[in-house]
Amino acid sequence: MNLTWLEKLDRRWLFLIVGLLVLGPLLRPIGLPLVPTKPVRQFYEAIEAVPDGAIVLMSCDYDPGGKPETVPMTKTALRQLWDKKCRVVITCLWTGGSGLVDETVESTAEEYRASGKTLVYGKDYVNLGFKAGYEAVMVLMGKGIGNAFPQDHRANPTASLPLMREVRDYSSFALLVNISAGYPGTKEWVQQVNSRFHLPMVSGCTAVSAPEYYPYLQSGQLRGLLGGMAGAAEYEKLRNEKGSATEGMDAQSLAHVFVALCILMGNVVQWTKRRGAGA
Amino acid sequence: MNLTQDLGVWLAALLTLFVFSFLYKDNPLYKFAEHLFVGVSAGYYIVLNVWTVVVPNLWDPLVRTFTGRDPVTNAVVTQAGGPFNASVGDYRAWFLIPALLGVLLFSRLVSRIEWVSRWALAMIIGVYAGLKTTGFAQGDLVAQVQASMQPLWTPDVWTGVNAILFTIGLLTSLLFFFYSREHKGALGVLARTGTVFLMVSFGAGYGYTVMSRLSLLIGRFQFLLEDWLGMK
Repeated sequence: MNLTWLEKLDRRWLFLIVGLLVLGPLLRPIGLPLVPTKPVRQFYEAIEAVPDGAIVLMSCDYDPGGKPETVPMTKTALRQLWDKKCRVVITCLWTGGSGLVDETVESTAEEYRASGKTLVYGKDYVNLGFKAGYEAVMVLMGKGIGNAFPQDHRANPTASLPLMREVRDYSSFALLVNISAGYPGTKEWVQQVNSRFHLPMVSGCTAVSAPEYYPYLQSGQLRGLLGGMAGAAEYEKLRNEKGSATEGMDAQSLAHVFVALCILMGNVVQWTKRRGAGA
Repeated sequence: MNLTQDLGVWLAALLTLFVFSFLYKDNPLYKFAEHLFVGVSAGYYIVLNVWTVVVPNLWDPLVRTFTGRDPVTNAVVTQAGGPFNASVGDYRAWFLIPALLGVLLFSRLVSRIEWVSRWALAMIIGVYAGLKTTGFAQGDLVAQVQASMQPLWTPDVWTGVNAILFTIGLLTSLLFFFYSREHKGALGVLARTGTVFLMVSFGAGYGYTVMSRLSLLIGRFQFLLEDWLGMK
């Protein structure tokens, strides 16, 4: 069979097919099976293992570029922590992320309150907002969270917030939940905080950075790992939630199969061409 | 379908479609969206950095020190010991030093005195080199070497198989990067085995990258369908 015409195929056909494969399942979901993998179960279990009512540090290191992957996992993690009555201190080390992080935290808090549960800003959670300095901020927080963040995102003095009166430094936290889209993110938290201050941590990250963090999971430096939209969807499944990550997974799977087929076809074409040239 | 009446959402949706139009071919609508994005991003980041970095970290503490009043609440702030009596987290007038270093960075704009900016750059590079080196040594080098030492014979067969595979992959991948001898004979075989493991790792990286990029597309489509067209 002569497949060389595929070499000259206008790539816009491929864009169109990917577009349709993504659009179709978003309009009419297929419900492809989703099985939580071990790293995701470990992430879930690490949060479950935190004592009820403990204080947890959550660093949301992303900006709108990583929204489809990082926001769903942030929301699910916040709900799991609040269900356990854990109190959450939120930070952000990305300049462009503070607005998105605040919107995500507040919309999740609003939904939570709408379900009839009590959640008070300053007592159950605090958003310290953005701080410039990358790794330097992480190290400075080890000398006192209030030193690095004298004010919260709403410009309240940190010392005036009831929750922050119980927070001294990293020893005040039971767990670090890092949601990361790159630098600074999980790698830097592992290097500067997990290794130096021995604060247990879990990570949710964009898919593109996940392969870099698997060695940390294997070595036990990370207690759990959510990799991209698939990780976020599996986490939602464990929590019996149906968020935007779960809704996107049918499209993700179909488009992935198509990409794999394209790679396969490309190799077949090259192979038949070489065979033809050799004959 | 329930089209939104939010002007911001309409604007975002139209700009998204303008960007998507590039997939067909380059066109003025795409160019418009691209230029708008670059301009707005530059402006947004400058304003954001001024208000989230310069003002709270430098301007406010200096105002507090030299005026004795909080710049946000205007309440009187007593600072015992004077402006230079600093402690961890309360650096008072010592903030003048980073302020000066920051100003020195702008000397690059004047070619005659641009060398002065090297003082500030040296400080930045020195601090981050120190932080990175110790962080890498503790977080990556020691911890990863430690985690690489796994028992090869375990009661659970599959754990043992996994550990053996891991050890072979680790050693052969390291040998691939050994260039002091030509990759021939036993070293050649081992280096080629290492290549196989490296290829598997690159494949996993590629797969995850595709997933990440598709997630962005899915995110945009979800925005168009739900927020703009109201199809949910």
